[in-house]
Amino acid sequence: MKVHEYQAKALLREFGVAVPKGEVADTPAQARTIAQRLGGKVVVKAQVHAGGRGKAGGIKLADSPTAAEQAAAQILGMMLKTPQTPPEGIKVRKVLVEEASAIDRELYLSITLDRTRATHVVMASQAGGMEIEEVAAKTPDKILREWSHPALGIADFQARRLAFGLDLAGDQFKQGAALLRNLFALYLAKDCSLVEINPLVVTKDSRVFALDAKLNFDDNALYRHKEIAELRDPNEETPLDVEASKYGLNYIKLDGNVGCMVNGAGLAMATMDIIKQAGGEPANFLDVGGGASPEQVENAFRILSSDPSVKAIFINVFGGILRVDRLAEGVIAAVKKLGLQLPVVLRAEGTNVEQGKKMLADSGLALTMADDMADGAKKAVALAKGQKA
Amino acid sequence: MPILVDKSTRVVVQGITGKEGAFHAARCKEYGTQVVGGVTPGKGGTTHEGFAVWNTVAEAVAREGANCALIFVPPPAAADAVMEAAAAGVPLVICITEGIPVADMVRTKHFLASTASRLIGPNCPGVITPGQAKVGIMPGHIHKPGDVGVLSRSGTLTYEVVGQLTKRGIGQSTCVGIGGDPVHGTNFVDVLRMFNDDPGTRAIMMIGEIGGTEEEDAAAFIKSSVKKPVVGFIAGQTAPPGRRMGHAGAIIAGGKGTAAEKMSALQAAGVTVVKSPADMGATVAKVIGT
Repeated sequence: MKVHEYQAKALLREFGVAVPKGEVADTPAQARTIAQRLGGKVVVKAQVHAGGRGKAGGIKLADSPTAAEQAAAQILGMMLKTPQTPPEGIKVRKVLVEEASAIDRELYLSITLDRTRATHVVMASQAGGMEIEEVAAKTPDKILREWSHPALGIADFQARRLAFGLDLAGDQFKQGAALLRNLFALYLAKDCSLVEINPLVVTKDSRVFALDAKLNFDDNALYRHKEIAELRDPNEETPLDVEASKYGLNYIKLDGNVGCMVNGAGLAMATMDIIKQAGGEPANFLDVGGGASPEQVENAFRILSSDPSVKAIFINVFGGILRVDRLAEGVIAAVKKLGLQLPVVLRAEGTNVEQGKKMLADSGLALTMADDMADGAKKAVALAKGQKA
Repeated sequence: MPILVDKSTRVVVQGITGKEGAFHAARCKEYGTQVVGGVTPGKGGTTHEGFAVWNTVAEAVAREGANCALIFVPPPAAADAVMEAAAAGVPLVICITEGIPVADMVRTKHFLASTASRLIGPNCPGVITPGQAKVGIMPGHIHKPGDVGVLSRSGTLTYEVVGQLTKRGIGQSTCVGIGGDPVHGTNFVDVLRMFNDDPGTRAIMMIGEIGGTEEEDAAAFIKSSVKKPVVGFIAGQTAPPGRRMGHAGAIIAGGKGTAAEKMSALQAAGVTVVKSPADMGATVAKVIGT
């Protein structure tokens, strides 16, 4: 799960990680009041779940409360388009108004999982403000890494090593080392999957703080962090994504027109692959899970058929925990309730397959049956193109 | 001679009084697996759908000589269940549970390193040696005893390849699902080593997916050490970057972990890489010459 920058910074503050003074605003008038309170120059920053805001016009400098109000008026309500947003952009609903600082140096700091070592890694670099992947590709030696002990976390000497590696000295060093320890404490305490501070800045008056902040959280751990789960902003997700997550379905909208419904993530990915190989484009990834109930299947079906770009549906199920008869029950219920508009191709194997196929045959639904995955993909792609299966 | 599980495997099911645990314990037993009972803390001394229930794994080990734990405990307590099994000296721990927090698995994996236990999973279908023992949630009837070893990060995609193999009359020595989570126990290289050393395995079918670098590690190991033919498939050739495709570990992050990278690493290691998931069985048939 992702959160907004202003929410991330509130959490950083709670854990003693220094951030610029600032507040969030929903209206230009609020932005003006906040700028007045802060005094001096301020930065007005669009709050969306995507990077690359500056280049897209989502971050503006303002040297007076009036200028801050104007900047907020320009940013609020705009469709911000960055390389990380959908092509149509994301609507900006909030801005963060922060004190502007005279920056001396821009550094980089992040914490995430290192899958290979099966523990967390803190990465730091003096090349702040840049895409870390770019730094990693061009100058890998410029990235410092410290791996946490799986049970003990980051030791003080490791935080010191990173702070020295960032060329921090004197009071800056003390601030930097403390910031690192506190940031790691936040990462662990809230089950983050990513903490990224880019840039971490040193100001001309020798303060060290997080100028930007990105926090992602482990979805599997949200059950023990209700306060984090509440920060979720459904406006940042597509309506179908929100709908799917309500029913515990793994759904990702894609650009094609062949809707697919599959049980299991691996088979769902493979189904997308085979649709492409058959000359079509998948409209989505949808994993109904190993043990989906007829209700989940019904909801999955409804979500697929409510996507206007879907021209045909390919159901590919290998029943293990999910029995084919229960799948059939869900499909029949959904089609009867929704009225079948789209052509549906079904390929099913596994537990209770004969029973499930018989139920579907007896239901009188106009389903196209497929012998195997390749046959199903071919038929679904043809039907999506308006051809015969 | 299979790997990991066989007729002598004695399984204790953790979380046996749950719906999934009870259902699959019965399916495993039907298949012929020795399921010696289950564990649900607080329900020790009772029986559940014909299975003896203990409070602790240690009791199941002491009373019944359990040497394999099969875990269906819900995510908040699943990592603890893995540690309990390992602490009780169970040599093989198979965790089916999906949705365990990553931080829990980081600590648990570290804990396991101080024990002699091997963990399979979590978020996996389990392990089956056809005709001998099924310790997991896979549909038993699609399998057939034979000499092709199957290893995979996916559940249903494994059933798919097994279905394709069995339809062609090709049996499997053992099928191992290592799981779809970013931090898990046994990895591809561990299982490849076992299959390579197993005289009952003639060829290996490996199913990877996007995310991480385990397929690349596997490719390096295959190149240096595996003497048997390997067929590989990577799921997620059309997956968009930056999105988690169902499995917590299936994500292309920072341009890394793409299917194309993994396929070319495997190809360079001499693996026969299949592009279409529909051709997995046929390609194995061709490679072993049946």
